[in-house]
Amino acid sequence: MNQQATETRVGAPDAAQAATRRNELLWRVAITIGPIVASLAIAGCVLLAVGVNPLTYYAYVVDRGLLSPLGLQQTLTRMAPLLFIASGLIVAFRSGMWNLGGDGQYLLGAVAAAAIAPVFVQVMPGWLALFLSFVIATAVAIAWSIVPALLRAYQGVNEIITTLMMSFLGVSFANVLVKLVFLDPGTTVPQTRTLPVDDRLPRLFDTTVTSGLVLGLVAIIAVHLVMTRTSFGLRLRVVGANPNAAVHGGLNVPGLTLAVFAISAGLIGMGGAIDIIGVQGNVRADWNPAYGMAVIPVVFLARMNGFAAIGFVFLLSVLSIGGESAARRLGVPQHFTLVLVSIVLITLAIAEYLDHRFNEKRRA
Amino acid sequence: MKPTPDRPQSQPPIITLDSVTKRFPGVVANDSVDLEIRAGEVHVLLGENGAGKSTLIGMLSGLLQPDSGRILVDGVETPIRSPSHALSMGIGTVFQHNMLVPTLTVAENLALGGDWWRRPRIAELTVRASQIAQQLGIEINLDARVSELSLGEQQQVEIVRALLRDSRLLILDEATSMLTPKGIEELGALMRRLVDRGLAVVFITHKLGEAADFGDRVSVLKLGRKVGEIAPERLSRLDRSELVDEIVAMMFGRQAGDAAVSIPPRSGNDDALLDVRGLTVARTADAPGLEAISFRVGEGEILGVAGIDGNGQKQLAEALAGQRPVIGGSVLLAGQPLDAMDVGGRRRLGLRYLTDDRLGEGTVRTFPVSINYFLKQIGEAPLWRGGVERAGEIDRRARELTHRYDVRAASIATPIGRLSGGNIQKVLIARELADGARAVIFNKPTYGLDLANTLATRQRIRDIAGQGLAVLLISTDLEELLSMCHRIAVLSQGRIVGIVENGDGAAERVGRLMIGLAA
Amino acid sequence: MGGLFSETFVTVLLFGAVTAAVPLLLAGLGEQMSEKAGVLNIGIEGMMIFGAYVGFVGAYYSGSFWAGFAAGAAGGMAVAALMALLCVRLGLNQIVVGIAITLGMEGLTALLHHFQFARSYPRLPAAQVTPIPLLSDIPVIGPALFRQHLIVYLAVAMVFVTTWIYRRTQLGLNLQAAGDKPAALDVAGIDVTRTRTVAVLFTGAMAGLGGAFLANIGAGLFIPFITNGAGFLGIVLAMLARGRPLWVLFGALIFGLCLSLTTAAQVAGLNIPTDIIQMLPFLAVMLMLVLFGRRASLPAALGIPYERGAR
Repeated sequence: MNQQATETRVGAPDAAQAATRRNELLWRVAITIGPIVASLAIAGCVLLAVGVNPLTYYAYVVDRGLLSPLGLQQTLTRMAPLLFIASGLIVAFRSGMWNLGGDGQYLLGAVAAAAIAPVFVQVMPGWLALFLSFVIATAVAIAWSIVPALLRAYQGVNEIITTLMMSFLGVSFANVLVKLVFLDPGTTVPQTRTLPVDDRLPRLFDTTVTSGLVLGLVAIIAVHLVMTRTSFGLRLRVVGANPNAAVHGGLNVPGLTLAVFAISAGLIGMGGAIDIIGVQGNVRADWNPAYGMAVIPVVFLARMNGFAAIGFVFLLSVLSIGGESAARRLGVPQHFTLVLVSIVLITLAIAEYLDHRFNEKRRA
Repeated sequence: MKPTPDRPQSQPPIITLDSVTKRFPGVVANDSVDLEIRAGEVHVLLGENGAGKSTLIGMLSGLLQPDSGRILVDGVETPIRSPSHALSMGIGTVFQHNMLVPTLTVAENLALGGDWWRRPRIAELTVRASQIAQQLGIEINLDARVSELSLGEQQQVEIVRALLRDSRLLILDEATSMLTPKGIEELGALMRRLVDRGLAVVFITHKLGEAADFGDRVSVLKLGRKVGEIAPERLSRLDRSELVDEIVAMMFGRQAGDAAVSIPPRSGNDDALLDVRGLTVARTADAPGLEAISFRVGEGEILGVAGIDGNGQKQLAEALAGQRPVIGGSVLLAGQPLDAMDVGGRRRLGLRYLTDDRLGEGTVRTFPVSINYFLKQIGEAPLWRGGVERAGEIDRRARELTHRYDVRAASIATPIGRLSGGNIQKVLIARELADGARAVIFNKPTYGLDLANTLATRQRIRDIAGQGLAVLLISTDLEELLSMCHRIAVLSQGRIVGIVENGDGAAERVGRLMIGLAA
Repeated sequence: MGGLFSETFVTVLLFGAVTAAVPLLLAGLGEQMSEKAGVLNIGIEGMMIFGAYVGFVGAYYSGSFWAGFAAGAAGGMAVAALMALLCVRLGLNQIVVGIAITLGMEGLTALLHHFQFARSYPRLPAAQVTPIPLLSDIPVIGPALFRQHLIVYLAVAMVFVTTWIYRRTQLGLNLQAAGDKPAALDVAGIDVTRTRTVAVLFTGAMAGLGGAFLANIGAGLFIPFITNGAGFLGIVLAMLARGRPLWVLFGALIFGLCLSLTTAAQVAGLNIPTDIIQMLPFLAVMLMLVLFGRRASLPAALGIPYERGAR
C-alpha cells in the first residue's frame, strides 16, 4: 500500500531527535532486561514447585559463579568455549540459516582435539601441537556440516532438520570414537588420553582462567566486525534478510550458503577444541554439555550483536558454573539451566512482539 | 454498455457507507467517505493507485474495521465484523489477487466454508454451480485443480462462488488486469446480466475507459476522499468522451493528457543494442517456460512487451538479467554475448533490470536507504576497499543519488520499507540507471504508483531512451505501452506472437495478438 | 540364543521394530497435521517428552496403562496449547518458540524426575498384550506383529482415521486451505487461527501419547531425555510423507527396524556396541533426506503466521 509517510528532505538534525533516541535506548534496555527478570520469576516458581527456595538458589548461583574469586575465574574460563559457539551462531542466524547442529559439531571438535593433542604434544613443540589440533578439530566440525550445507544450498532442503539429525548422529559418533577408538587403556574410567595440564593452553597471569578466553573474545569481536563492516558480511546479511534480493542482486547464494555453514560449524568446533586443550584435557564417555542449544537464547538476547553477546555469555557462564555447584550442594540438577534458558527465549519473543505492536501504534 | 435511459429511479441503497474513515501507520487511507450502493446498478469506484479503493473494499468485505463512521445495511447500522459476517449478509468479493486454494479443485474450493464436521457437500454444490454458470454464460470445470486454470477462469470461479453464497452485492476489485480485451468485454456483459437479475455490483478500477464503458454510477476517489459522483441520470446523457472529460476534471481539476502519446525521437539506425536470439527457458512448477524468443532493441528505442500477466514476462526479464537458467538461444549486448555471464557480469556490462517486485526482491526492507542503493555493487570500489566498508563514501554517494532522483525520506539511514512505493521506485531507478547503463529492462514500472509518480517515471524512461539507451518495457497496461513505445511485442504463453509498430490501429492489432489471432 | 537369521531373531527384531515404530508413527501423524495446516511444529520433541513423563507418572500411580496414555495425551496437548497460543494466536516465530519449548520440556521433565524418582528409579510392570486370534499364530511374524498391546492397533488405526479426515471431511479441506492459502480460508468465513489451533492440539495429543507409549511400554520406565530425537524423527517422517499418512507408517517401520536392531543383535549373540546401533536410525534419516529431501513437499504457508489484511 502506498504509504505517504511523514517525509522531509534529507538531513535535518534536531534536538528533539536526540531525546527520542534516548527514549529508544531506554526502551531497548527495558525489553532486554524485562524478559530476564520475568524468566527468573517464572523459573523461580518451578523451583518452588519442587520444594526449593528460588532466592536461596539464585543467591547461591550468584555467589558461587560471580562473587567467589575461584568461582569467577571458573566462570571466565567457561566463557571461552561459549564465546566461540555464540560467534558461530551469530554468523549462521544473521545469514538466515538455522544451524541447530551445534552439539554435534562441538563434541566432534572436542573429540578430535582430545585425540590428537596428547599425541602431537609428544613429537613437536607444544604450541605447534595445540595449533594443529585446533585446526584439525575445526576441519572435523566443518566436515560434519557439509551434508546439511549441500542439501540446503543445492536442493533447498530445510537445514533445521538436517542439522538436528547430524547433531544426534554426531553425538553418538563422538561416543563411539571415545569408547572404541581413542580410549585410554591406562584408566578405569572410559575416556580419551588426557592432555597433561602443563601442555594445555596457558592460564592468564596468576589466575586459573584459560587464555582460551582471549581467543574467544577475538573470535566474537572478529565475527561482529566482519558481519557489520565488510562486504562479505553484508552479503551474508542480505541472504539472511531477503534471499530473493540476494539472487536479484547477483549474489552467489549457494556459495555463500556453503561458506556460512563452514564458518559457523568451524567456530563451534573451535569452541569444542578450546574446551579440551584449554580446560578439560580429555573427553569422558557420554560427556555432552549440550552448549549448542543453551547459547541460542543468548544470541537472541544480544540481537545478534557481538559485543552485547559477550555480556550475555558472561551471564550464561555464571549460571552454568553456579548451577553445577548448586547441583552438587543443593541437589538441584543442571537441567534447571535448560528450563531457565528456554523461558528466557519465550519471554524475549513475547517482548519483541509487544515492541512491534507498540511501534505500529506509535506510527499510526 | 450503456444502461437504457428508462432505468427505474434510484431505489433505496442496500449498503451505505457514512463518513467512513480508516487510518494506517503514516497514512489516512479513507477520509470520511460516503457511498451508497444500490441493487440493479453497476457502481464504479474509480481512482488511481493509492486512492483508497482497496481499503474501502476491505471494510465492506469484513477484513478491516473502520476507525470512524458507520456502515448501514438496508438502512440499519451494522458493523461488518468478519469475512463470514459479510458473507452472511450477502456481500461477495472477488479480490484482485485471487482467494482460491491452488492445490484444491474448483469444487473443493467452492465447498470451503461449510461446517467442519460435515462431509463436504460437493455433489450438491456441483449442481448449483453448473446452473449458475450456465445462466451467466460461462463455463467452469469443477474437477480441475485451480492451479491448472488460467487467471481469467479463476476469476470466473470466484464470481460463481460469490453467487453460490446468494450474494446480493458482488464486489469486483481490479478485475480486468488479468484479462484480454475480449475478456474484459465479456466481463462487462456478465456484470450487465448480473445487475439485470437484481444484484448490486461494485466495480473497482483505475482505468477511466472501463468506468465509462461499464458504469451506471461512478464515484471518484482521490487520495482517500471521494471527490465526486456521477449519477445514472447524468451518465446516460453524456457520450463517452464527454464522460471521460468530466471524470478527468473531477480527478485532476484540469484537462490532463496523461495518456498523451509521446514517443521519443530516435535516429533511425538499425543497430541492435540488445539482441535476443532464440531464447528458451524451461518450464517450472510455478512458472511458464519461454520458447525461442527473438527480438532486437536498437539504441534509443523503447520496445514494449505486452501480454496478460503470467505469460512469461517475469521469466523473460529474469532470463535476460541472468537470474534464471537458460536452455537455449543467446543474448547479446552491443554485440557481446552475455550467456556465460552471471547477474553481476551483465550488470557491469550495462544491462540493468528494474524489477516489479520492489520489496520482495528489489530491496531489503529493513536495510537503510543508503545500502539499498548499492545492493548490486557490494564489495566494489570506491565504496568498499579491500572488502571493508567505507561508510563515509557510501553515505556521500547515497545523498547524491537521493538529491538527484528526488527521493523523499527522513534520512538515508531510514529503513527503506518505511518509504512510500513511489520513493522506493525512485531508489530502484537511481540504482539501475546510475553509472554505465546501456540497456534497461523495466518490469511494470508504474504499477502501484500514484499519478504524479507514474508520469514522472514514464518521462524518465523517455529521457533515457532519448539519451541513447535501449529500453525493454514490460507492462500489462496497454495504454502505457501505446503512449511511449516505438514497437510493441506481444508475449503469449511463452512465445512472441508478433511485434507491432506503434501507431494508428496498434491497439487493435495488439489486442488480437493477445488472444491468439493474427494481427 | 540363535543365529542371525533364526526364527527367534526375526521375531524379536520385528516385535521390537513395531514397538519402536509406534512413538514415531504417532509423532509423525501428529506433525503431519500441523504441517498440513501451515504450522512448523519444532516443539514436538518437547510435547513428546512431557507426555512421556506425565504418562509414566499417570501409569505408575494409578496402576493402569490406559490412565497413563490418557495422561500422556493430555500432557502433550497442554504443551501444544502453549505453542498454539504463542505461535498461532500471537504469531511469534515458530522456530524460536519450538526450540524453546523443546529445551524447556526436556529440562523440566529431567528436573521433575530427579526430585520425584531419582532415588527409586521405579519401573512399570510389563504390559499386557492383546493377541489377534488366528493372525497371531502365523509363524515368525505372527507373534511379532499381532501380539501387541491394544494401543498399537489403535495407533495403526489412526493412520486410516487421519487419511479419512484429510480426504473426506470438511475439516480436511479447511486444514489444507489453512496451509496452502490461509487468506482463501478466511475469506470463505472460517477462522484460520481456530483451524490451525485444532491441528496443533492434535499434534500435541499424538506426540504426548507417543511419548507415553515410549516410556510405559517401550522402556517400562522414564529417564531424562528418553525420547532422544523421536519427535524430530517424526518431523522428518511428516516431511517425507508428503501429506500421506500411510507413508508415515512405512517410514516409522523402517526407522523402528533400525532402532530395534540393538535388542535383536543381542539375542543373536552379536556384540555390536549400543552407540553404533544408536547411530543407525539417524544415518537412515540422512540417507532418506539426501535421496528424497528435494521432493519433500511442504505447504506454501508453512511457518508464516496469518494476519488478516496483511499486505
